Amino acid sequence: MADVRNGTEAQAPLVKVRDLKMYFPIHAGLFRTHVGDIKAVDGISFDIMPGETLGLVGESGCGKSTVGRSILRLYDVTGGTVEINGFEIAHVDRDSLRSKRPMMQMIFQDPQASLNPRMTVASIIGEPLDEHMKLSADERLARIYELMDWVGLNREFAKRYPHEFSGGQRQRIGIARALALNPKFIVCDEPIAALDVSIQAQVVNLLEELQGRLNLTYLFISHDLSMVRHIADRVAVMYLGRIVEIASREKLFAEPLHPYTQALLSAVPEPDPESERNRKPIVLQGDVPSPANPPKGCNFSTRCPKVMDICKLQEPGVFEFGEGRQVACHLYSESMTTTAEPTAGERTN
Amino acid sequence: MPDTAMPILDVNGLKTVFRTRGGEVHAVNSVDFHLRPGELLGVVGESGSGKSVTMMSLLRLLPSPPAEMRNGTVMFDGQDLLKISPEELRKVRGSKIGFIFQDPMTSLNPVYTVGFQLAEPLRAHLGMSKAQARDRSVELLKLVGIPDPERRLKDFPHQFSGGMRQRVMIAIALACDPQVLIADEPTTALDVTIQAQIIELVKDLRRKLGMAIIWITHDLGVIAGIADRVMVMYAGQVVEEGPVNEIFRDPQHPYTQALLKTVPAVRGPRAERLQVIEGQPPIMHETPDACSFRNRCQYAFDRCARENPALEPVHVPGHRAACFLLDTASTKEPETVHG
Repeated sequence: MADVRNGTEAQAPLVKVRDLKMYFPIHAGLFRTHVGDIKAVDGISFDIMPGETLGLVGESGCGKSTVGRSILRLYDVTGGTVEINGFEIAHVDRDSLRSKRPMMQMIFQDPQASLNPRMTVASIIGEPLDEHMKLSADERLARIYELMDWVGLNREFAKRYPHEFSGGQRQRIGIARALALNPKFIVCDEPIAALDVSIQAQVVNLLEELQGRLNLTYLFISHDLSMVRHIADRVAVMYLGRIVEIASREKLFAEPLHPYTQALLSAVPEPDPESERNRKPIVLQGDVPSPANPPKGCNFSTRCPKVMDICKLQEPGVFEFGEGRQVACHLYSESMTTTAEPTAGERTN
Repeated sequence: MPDTAMPILDVNGLKTVFRTRGGEVHAVNSVDFHLRPGELLGVVGESGSGKSVTMMSLLRLLPSPPAEMRNGTVMFDGQDLLKISPEELRKVRGSKIGFIFQDPMTSLNPVYTVGFQLAEPLRAHLGMSKAQARDRSVELLKLVGIPDPERRLKDFPHQFSGGMRQRVMIAIALACDPQVLIADEPTTALDVTIQAQIIELVKDLRRKLGMAIIWITHDLGVIAGIADRVMVMYAGQVVEEGPVNEIFRDPQHPYTQALLKTVPAVRGPRAERLQVIEGQPPIMHETPDACSFRNRCQYAFDRCARENPALEPVHVPGHRAACFLLDTASTKEPETVHG
């Protein structure tokens, strides 16, 4: 979704994603011929301002993790452009990409799987330093200790192995590794999903604290709407490879406009028996269609409680609601048409 | 809720220990609870708090070794499930007590059709013929809201989506009309919109079938919506139990209080900073002789390190908590008792 801001902000966005597409080919038959694509990410656009946290929410399989990974070029993207801090990322060659790696980092979901079990904490945190910087042994150790202090790990644990830590502590190691090269932009891919409730809050507070101290910009990918509401400044909602709504946190949670956002928010149960008794969730029928064979027209038309005839024929355009709020839904096609473009396929910035 | 009815399931002093190479792990420590007919008991706790192990121990589903049930009684239907023979136990499992596991992919057998797996308990427990079992299976799939049930019986688990698989699991658990249904994190592996579908389904089934349910989860929101009573577990012990409104409105144990504060909400005011519970849950290498929450508790005092608090009744009938602070609370304001 093209983020057309009102021009009041002097700062340029740190991350600019335009019409990003990531298709995974399907090969079948005896000769493994290319028979189709899984359109994991199908033409999405957004901006992230410096120091901002953009929350990316959606259900499993909607492509939110693929977005995070393609932005950092962990995949070779199918189409579109990604610009981070003024550098084109999506189509550069490996060597120049490598020199840009320090400014963009990632925190992974599963700290158990993303830490090498045969490396000590010090060597895990120090590996990016070895790769990208020329430090003396003393400088390197000092930097590792500094990073461990930042994330709240005791310096004495530097010689220990990942299995000796709890889940929350392991995630702290992953965060320290991501911070090692002073990145500007960090993709947090479900960083708390594998943690217990009481540990989640610790890690989220740490991420917020580090953001304030180091002026970091986050793309916070999560399926936990309440946590996204806490940490994100703006929120993008994805459904089946597309962004259906993007808005500031307050606007999105107070008054969701897209029927999918409405259903998603109403489905979150609240820890309060009184209000739970009166809550009437919008229960969506059916399951998410396969991204290999998305429905014609609007991707959400098969489950949408407000579906109209046009939704099954034509892909909705993007409608502006001011202050960077955008909704892709036919419901708003007549009411507010400021900068709407005819079809999403021809979208440009 | 029939408060006076005889409990259908009564657990006393349950104690489960795992023998591992690194020593013993005391996963469940003297857990007492009961379940009344038609009631939904929510069990909350973090991973490792012993909530799943407690429920698995009831039906002796844990492999032994390493698990060992050292103590306790589980009274169900006039017999102690921990003492009866394996043959008698098999008649209870899946027939009088149904079990829904967390992950529907790993708990369904991938090489058998869904129809076969549904018919299995019907034929084994109720002695139905193939045709009868088939008819009942179709009925069950209809009950849990799976469209086109006749055709879906021939499908394998991988042909179902996550939410549909969980519906199949529920159908299997309900097959023999159980009196008790134990659901171990039945919606944790599912997306919120699918979770909403499953919760609506369970509410609906309760109205239709009226069985008692034990619902294990770490999601306080889910519990608030469906439970009649809540039991909070920490380090293998029950630290608080009571009616759902009481637990959420007036939690007594510092752990329950902290747990409720640490979860951000999607509605209502937004906190600038999340409340945290510092530290981590302990690993229980021996029977606790002190309060296991004391290292993370902001109110801890010297007595907490010397004795393990027992579950004591507080203000409202049926509300109990295990904390020494409650003594002072109840002596300070005796008027509020039964108030």
